[in-house]
Amino acid sequence: MSTHQDKERDAHSGVETTGHEWDGIKELNNPLPKWWLQIFYATVIISLVYWVLFPAIPLVESATTGVLGQSDRADVVSDLEALRAQRAPTMAKLANAPLEAIEQDPDLLSFVLAAGASVFGDNCAPCHGSGAQGSVGYPNLIDDVWIWGGTLEDIRQTIRYGIRSDHSDTRISEMPAFGRDELLTKEQIADLAQYVLSISGQGGDAAAVLRAQPLFAEQCAVCHGEAGMGMREFGAPNLTDADWVYGGDLAAITETITNARRGVMPAWTGRMDDATINALAIYVHALGGGE
Amino acid sequence: MKFNHGMLERNSLLLTAGILVMVSIGGIIEIAPLFYLENTIEKVEGVRPYTPLELTGRNIYIREGCYTCHSQMVRPLRDEVERYGHYSLAAESMYDHPFQWGSKRTGPDLARVGGKYSDSWHVAHMIDPRAVVPESVMPPYAFLADVELEGGRIKADLAANQMLGVPYTDEMLEKAAADLFAQATPDGDDASAFSKRWPTALVRDFDGDPSRVTEMDAIIAYMQMLGTTVDFSTYEPGTADNLR
Repeated sequence: MSTHQDKERDAHSGVETTGHEWDGIKELNNPLPKWWLQIFYATVIISLVYWVLFPAIPLVESATTGVLGQSDRADVVSDLEALRAQRAPTMAKLANAPLEAIEQDPDLLSFVLAAGASVFGDNCAPCHGSGAQGSVGYPNLIDDVWIWGGTLEDIRQTIRYGIRSDHSDTRISEMPAFGRDELLTKEQIADLAQYVLSISGQGGDAAAVLRAQPLFAEQCAVCHGEAGMGMREFGAPNLTDADWVYGGDLAAITETITNARRGVMPAWTGRMDDATINALAIYVHALGGGE
Repeated sequence: MKFNHGMLERNSLLLTAGILVMVSIGGIIEIAPLFYLENTIEKVEGVRPYTPLELTGRNIYIREGCYTCHSQMVRPLRDEVERYGHYSLAAESMYDHPFQWGSKRTGPDLARVGGKYSDSWHVAHMIDPRAVVPESVMPPYAFLADVELEGGRIKADLAANQMLGVPYTDEMLEKAAADLFAQATPDGDDASAFSKRWPTALVRDFDGDPSRVTEMDAIIAYMQMLGTTVDFSTYEPGTADNLR
């Protein structure tokens, strides 16, 4: 360890050296810049102040809470309360007014459409698509084909309680898995698939259609109707149009009859409040196909 | 003897020991109190240990590195609570060894994803994320549906967690392998025994393939229970013990 006496000053710069020397080259002992040191000391002082003002030091029973009493969790509660207070007049109207009345009020409607779009984007778009166009297994919401009904009230009911969801008030229907559960033979299913092709205007083998006619009346008409036009009270889709949730070609129809399709939509009550569900219902209704 | 800094600088072992002492002081002050402070973990109703199938799903989540893109931590910030729901509680990860809070959100937070989407959506999404979310950058995990669970190590998994303080009973350990399959086999013989042991767990065929129990069942069972266990109707956010 060098002492001060060992240290010499560099003749050229006048700076003290550290006393280290390599091959005649000596290391200067330049002090840290003053501004740097001062900032360093300032941070030390700030940390002491911080300890006093904010929750910081764990003690025996609990941590110090700080003189300011700051709490992230209390802050978020008051932030949310402020947000709710700001939205309260609108949200109260949204939660309590009849859906039709909300749709008629231009101010409310513009709020609802903006709110609905943002809620839809986070919660509904993953299945129904960002444009609500749907995809295989998830119905298109912009057309005027509705499995469970397309009025404001129908849509709200579906959003609230879902379809085959965990909720006790869920919309529910269960098409039998005719093939898997061996209710029908493979040949009968093949005939029925031809029949569905024919009533949806896609041709179909004439002999098979004829064979399937009594089968359809016996097995399918209860829910899908004698003409296959569907029944909303059972959530049974119309089989005669060009709109298919799971696809309308021969393979998809055969698969549907064989294994059945039981798509699930979650119940959103609980996750969303009433006003938000109402806004979402009106948003979906306004997408183009609302009844 | 006067303190001689040069000795520290010249003796690397001594320097290492000194650094260890300094760092431990910081660690002890920051970490140790969390083990004895009563209010580290909120007292809540409903949080339960993971079922064997969910724990398997959790292990797959860790194995596949899901945490590198997904967090499981709704922070107490207005925007996050508005989007994801109630901010995460310490109690919700008290049986997590290790926790999956994460620090990066390339994908969305998953702390409250349970029940948000249907099982078949999760299956479609795992097989090909862009089939349902066109703008997604998540890699496909279709292979999970091809790997059948064997259940050989599930009892050991539960035992390890039990050792770390998760309140698995010895009965749960004994029946771990049976429960692993029972949760994804609602029509099976063990389903009712499973529900008795795990009254709040979901029992269904998660991956849509009733003939076998796969890693897809496990990961979806795990997804569908995330953030659903706490009974928030009995939780008081404003009490001194629950504030942070």
